[in-house]
Formats: sequence, C-alpha cells, structure tokens
Amino acid sequence: MGSITLQKVSKSFGTTSVIPEIDLEINDGEFVVFVGPSGCGKSTLLRMIAGLEDLSGGRIIIDGKDMSNEAPAKRGLSMVFQSYALYPHMSVYGNIAFPLKMDGQDKTAIDKKVKDAAHILNLTNYLDRRPGQLSGGQRQRVAIGRAIVRQPKAFLFDEPLSNLDAALRGNMRLEISDLHHQLATTMIYVTHDQVEAMTMADKIVVLNAGRIEQVGSPLELYRNPRNVFVAGFIGSPRMNLIEGQEAARQNAVTLGVRPEHVRISKTEGVWKGIVGVTEHLGSDTFIHVQADGVGKVTVRTDGDFAAEHGQPVFLTPESARLHRFDADGQAI
Amino acid sequence: MATLQTRATARIMMSPAVILLFLWMIVPLVMTLYFSFLRYNLLMPGTEEFVGFLNYQYFLTDPAFFTALKNTLVLVGGTLLITVIGGILLALVLDQPFFGQGIVRLLVIAPFFVMPTVSALVWKNMLMHPVNGLFAWIARSFGFQPIDWFAEVPMFSIILIVAWQWLPFATLILLTALQSLDGEQIEAAEMDGAGAFSRFFYLVLPHMSRAITVVILIQTIFLLSVFAEILVTTNGGPGIQTTNITYLIYAQALLQFDVGGASAGGIVAVILANIVAFFLIRLIGKNLER
Amino acid sequence: MARAVTTRRKMTFTIIGWAIGFVIFFPILWTFLTSFKTEGTAIATPPQFLFFDWTIENYHEVQSRSNYMKHVTNSVVISVGSTLIGLALAIPAAWAMAFSPTKRTKDVLMWMLSTKMMPPVGVLVPLYLIFRDWGLLDTRLGLVGILTMINLPIIVWMLYTYFKEIPGEILEAARMDGASLMKEIVYVLTPMAVPGIASTMLLNIILAWNEAFWTLNLSAANAAPLTAFIASYSSPEGLFWAKLSAASTMAIAPILIMGWFSQKQLVRGLTFGAVK
Repeated sequence: MGSITLQKVSKSFGTTSVIPEIDLEINDGEFVVFVGPSGCGKSTLLRMIAGLEDLSGGRIIIDGKDMSNEAPAKRGLSMVFQSYALYPHMSVYGNIAFPLKMDGQDKTAIDKKVKDAAHILNLTNYLDRRPGQLSGGQRQRVAIGRAIVRQPKAFLFDEPLSNLDAALRGNMRLEISDLHHQLATTMIYVTHDQVEAMTMADKIVVLNAGRIEQVGSPLELYRNPRNVFVAGFIGSPRMNLIEGQEAARQNAVTLGVRPEHVRISKTEGVWKGIVGVTEHLGSDTFIHVQADGVGKVTVRTDGDFAAEHGQPVFLTPESARLHRFDADGQAI
Repeated sequence: MATLQTRATARIMMSPAVILLFLWMIVPLVMTLYFSFLRYNLLMPGTEEFVGFLNYQYFLTDPAFFTALKNTLVLVGGTLLITVIGGILLALVLDQPFFGQGIVRLLVIAPFFVMPTVSALVWKNMLMHPVNGLFAWIARSFGFQPIDWFAEVPMFSIILIVAWQWLPFATLILLTALQSLDGEQIEAAEMDGAGAFSRFFYLVLPHMSRAITVVILIQTIFLLSVFAEILVTTNGGPGIQTTNITYLIYAQALLQFDVGGASAGGIVAVILANIVAFFLIRLIGKNLER
Repeated sequence: MARAVTTRRKMTFTIIGWAIGFVIFFPILWTFLTSFKTEGTAIATPPQFLFFDWTIENYHEVQSRSNYMKHVTNSVVISVGSTLIGLALAIPAAWAMAFSPTKRTKDVLMWMLSTKMMPPVGVLVPLYLIFRDWGLLDTRLGLVGILTMINLPIIVWMLYTYFKEIPGEILEAARMDGASLMKEIVYVLTPMAVPGIASTMLLNIILAWNEAFWTLNLSAANAAPLTAFIASYSSPEGLFWAKLSAASTMAIAPILIMGWFSQKQLVRGLTFGAVK
C-alpha cells in the first residue's frame, strides 16, 4: 500500500515562501513525476514528503496516517538520491543490507533479501566491491537496490539520472519503468527533464515557482496544456509560441503550435518564410524558419526533407491542433 | 538536512565547545583589562589601587616600549621577507620533477616540527658559537674572522633561527597553491607565446597571491608572539636589543612582578594583534563563502 | 600535464633540490650526529662529521642524570591529553556546524578563529594569577587545560572542513534507511571521517608537543614537558652539546616522524582551510 496525500502543504525559509499551499493526491502504485525548471521547489517538496525537511504548514498523509511530524525512518519510504549517497566505506552488499540491519532483521533474512535484490538489478557479481570501484550506472543500481530491500510504501527518486551520460540515461529510464511494473509500488520521481517525465510517468505534476501548474497523464499534458508554461515545458522541440497580429487573428494573445503540427512546403501555405538552420536527426528534420509577420517557427518534418539556408518556404499550421492562450497565459 | 529535531540536537552538541571557548576568551581578557587600571605589584601586596591610565602612560612612554616595538617589527618583517621570498623559490624548485622529490620535500619541511627551544639552542650553540660553532669553523676555513653572532648581530641571529623554523611552513603552503595551478592555463600561455618569466609574473604569481597573503597574515600572528627563541638565546639582550613586545611584557610580569604595567602592555599587544587579525579573519571569511 | 622532461633538466633540478634539502635539514642532521659524540668530539675544531667514535653514552647520561623520562611522560600526557579532550569537545560541535548549519554558524566559526588570534601575552598575567591561586602552577592538569583551549579552535576548524566534505545526502540516506542519530554517527559519519579525525589528532599532538609559551611560563620541575626541560640547557654552566643533542634528538624524533605523515593536513590545519 502506498497512497500519499498532501493537504495544503507549504514551505517557507524565513520570510521567503518557496512553496505556497499545495494539494495533491497520489494513488497506490502510481508512478508520479514532479517536473519543472530548477528552483521550482520540486526537490524541496520531495524532501518534505521524505521527512528530511520540515513542513511550514499543512499535512502529509501516508496510507491514511498523518506523518507530517514523523522522523524519516518512520514513514516507510525509500529514497534514491541524485548523488546516489552510497556509503563509501561499505561494500555493495553492506550498502544494500544497511537498511535491513538498521531494522534489526536477522542475518539469514538479510542475506536472502540482499541477494534477491542483487539478482534483480544484475549486481550479483559486484557484491564485494566498494562503490568507488563501480561505474555510474552500477552505483545507480546499488542505490536502487538499497531502496527496494526495505519494501517501502513508496520510492522517492531525486533526479536520479542527472549524473549519467545520455546513453546510460536511456537505459536506466527503461530499467526504472520496468522495476515499477514488477514491484507495482508507488514511485515519486523528481526531474527537470521533460523527456523523463513523459516517458516514465503515469501522472505528471508540473511545478513552477512552487505552484502546481497542471497535473495529468503525459498525453493529457501534451494535448491540452492548461497554460503557456506547461505548453512550453512539455514537448521537444518546444511548442512554437506566437504573439502579436497573427495570434490576434485567432482571437488569442498567445498562439501555440507544436513543430510536428506545422506542415512545410516549397510551393504553397499560409505563412511565408525563409529557412534558417536545419538540424538533421535522420529520422526527423528540424527546420528553423523565419516567417513573415509571425516570427521564428520550428518545424518538424520527415528525415528526407531537403532545405537550404535562405531558401523561401511556406508553412501551414494544422488548425485543429492550435492552442490559444489569453493575456494571463491560460488556455482558452 | 534541516529539521527542527536536528537543529535542536545541533545546538546541544555545540554548546560545550562554545561555552568553554567563550569563558577562555572573555574571563582573562576582562581581568587583564581590570588589572591594567590598577597599581598592582606582587612584591608589594596590599597596595593595589585604581590609577586610571597611569600604567598605559608609563608603558607607552617607556623608551623600552619603542625599542621593543621596533624590535618586534624588525623581527616580524625580517622573518617574513626571508620566508616568503625563500618559500616562493623553494616551492618553484620543489614543483619541478626530479629524482627523490618526495624525500627532499620531507627534508625541507622538517624544521617546522622541531620545538622552538631545541632549534634555538642548537643554532645558538652548535652552529653559531663564536669559537666551537660550525659557522665559525667555516669562516676560519675561508680565512675570515668568525662572527660572534649573538653579540654582534643579535637580532639578525634570532631572525635566522625563526626564519629557519617558518620557511617550511611558507614553502609547503605556497607549494600546495602552486600545484593547484591548472596545467592547461600554462600550456595555453605557452601557445600564446609567453616566455618563462612572463608566465611566472602573469600567471603563477597572481595565482599564488592568495596563498602568499595567507602565509603573511598567519605568520605575522605567530611571529608577534615569538618568545621561547629569545628566552633561551639572549634573554632579550644584549641590553634590550632583542626584546620584543611579548618578551617585554613577560619580563614586566614574571621578573618584575608588575601586574598592572604588564596588563597594560598585554592590552596594547592585543590591540596590535587585532589589527592583523582583522584582515586575516576577513580573508578567511571570504573563503568560507565559496 | 603530460610533457616530456629532458633528462638534463631533471638532473639539474635533482642537484639543486637535494642541495637545498641538505642545507635546510642540516641542523637536524648535525644534532643527530652530535648526539653520538663524546662531549670532547662535539666541540672539536675542525668538526667531525662521520668518522668519530660513535657512542650512545649521552643517551644513557641524559636518562640517568635528569629524570628525563618524567619530562617525556609530561609531554605525552599534555599533548595527547589536550588533543583527546579537544576532540571530545570538537567532534560534536563540528558535526553540528557542518551538517546542521544555521545563519549564525559562520559567525561562530569566525569567532572561534578570532580567539586563536589573541596574543598569549595579553592574558599571561591573569592566567598566571589564576593558576597560582588555584594551585595549578606546575601541574599537568593546568597545562592540559590551557593547551586544550589553545588548540580547540584549530581542531574544530579542521574537523569542520573534513566533515564538510562528507556529502549531507549520505547522512540523509542513513536517516531514510532507518538509522537513529547515534547509529548515523557510529556507522556512517565516523567511519567516513576517520582519516580526517586521525590527521586532526596528529597535527594537534604536534602543535601541543612543541608549544613553548605556556609550558615555559607555567611549569617548573614537576610538570615541565620537553620544551621546558630542554630550555634548561640554555644555562651557561659549561657546554654539554652532546647531551643537549641527545636530549633534543629524543624530543624531536617522534614528532618529526608524525609530522612527515601529516604534511598534507598541516597546510589545511594551519591555514584554517584557506589553502587546501
């Protein structure tokens, strides 16, 4: 079991308020991702759930019990830290066994659980090594191993992949998702990378300046961003946000259209423009176009589209996929 | 890491050290300040009375004070000159790769671990003795008249001893700073066509400037209080030629038993040290913010 | 920096380096050699460098004539004692400041440092009188107390800079893993901090061993550590260079070896972390 409820949770350091009141419901077994730019309060929120940071107001309820003032150890949660926070003086085995030892379990039980975890995480051959002798990905797995042996009510991940290189990050993303399916335990995952959020989450919580901007499934957020911030944050390359005359023509202050929803043609279209930089990824091509009266527009097209710098082109946004925002940045 | 529980525990954990240090600092200092306004001589018990600034007047107008102040400055300045310049040169040499580098490094820092009384006596007797000392023998071997170090150049002799003790400190710190210099910077400068001397003056020296400042300030703090070296070699003499402020106050307190006068001198010494400390604390404090 | 070093350049610096090292180390070497001479050879001109009749007579003489072991014991008790008490006070304080810093932590640290800047002579008079009135003059207890207070700021500072290098996340991880405060300190913090604590201890024993203001002023026959005992050789009654050398060699040898082991920490400790 692992349902977590935040009721009017707030945090301030001295007189500066970092997180105004937040309400959030996390269901048992859900994979929830907190995403937002750095400094948006996502890590602080996670640490408050963990009990490493005091609440300035509000309550945190875990499985129906008010845990707002409990010590971290009593909350039944596990955490994987950004720096992995492995104990450098203990072997891999010692690291994974530590929480069980603190729990006072007997040696044979500990041994079995550690070996099971090592098996799941492909660490069996490394149990005698020290963390310093492991690669980044292996350390990451040890940190996860240490978290799962306790069979916690929920896992907390604090930007766990940010210290890995791009290729490894992709692998670990899959592994963590896989683990979630195997264990079916609640996971709360903090990241600033919207790709991680989109690929892993059941539910994404977009945070900005301590406030929740929107909560929803990845596709909900992609299809119906509630405001300009979410629209700009979710999706890669970023949504084109157009202001001025062209937006006014569509009865909006800001007009949003994703690069994949703009058609490009060499002969005809609604907007006329000049090709700037072209990025070829093989599967896709991103073309940055300076459109007359519209501004810079990024277009995503198939890998074979050939465009030269300075070439005139025509763009047509799919009208059904346009996002309109009012003066406050809210979706219309 | 900051919850109410941990913060409360932290305060309890800190208090013994903080309270003891506070008492250690404030109680004697207040007493010194109090004594400095009294006529108070241990040889004449019962005659204590409040005399205002008289002790300060005596201490500050005593010609011995000015000699001692001058001696202190010469001792500090001379030692700094030798150790800083010598330290830079030594650090540059020790930074070069050569055979037995590690061993030479150990040899060079060794004097720092020799207790002051030992180094003073060894230098005074076995090296600087005008008849049987090694220096005298060397001088005679080259046909010179041996110098009677502590009679002819007493202050210089003490500076030599103290500099020998502190040269390792300066070298070690400057070497540490030197080794933290980014090799790519030097290589970039070489690509830009900088010669060895320009590299030293435009890159190496500025890089070491912070460490040099630290060396100067910390050594000054300790050198203002040089005591044992003077006590076992010259006892402040001949005359008062090697009496520094520390020794002067010591003599006043424990040789003449003039508590009032010595206290006034102590306060003057505290003020002098504080002027240096002010800069040092700011420098280290700035470093703490990084 | 991978670059070819010409052999000639390396040889040149080998000669320069060793020459400098020899000159600087010479007084210590000379003391060591002299300690094995007879008093006659010790003052001989020209000086005898290696080819004299080596004798260990001086070491026996120093022991038997002057109750040398008592002063060694005093030095050990005073330096180790003051360091251990200092550590007991400083470990919790440094733990608190490193892992639970408040707005005032920095000020407290700077203030501790400032007590170190106080010239000892400024408080010589009152401490002498307190010691006299409380019967602490010439006792080990008194000297242990004084040296504890003198070195406490350095101990706190060194430990603080070491503890600072332990990532707070590791202690948080322990907390999440269910460790109580005691277990956190015993199983996680202390094992990780052992190297730092050890070098702090080493450096402070060295500093306390060589302290020569308070030990000279507040001790006499009974509690005098080696610094004060050796100062008694300054009396002009005859030249006992060989015995002085033997006593000196014994006094500096252990601390010199400890110093060599702690050379890296020396920089950090004496500059209060300003140079690492």
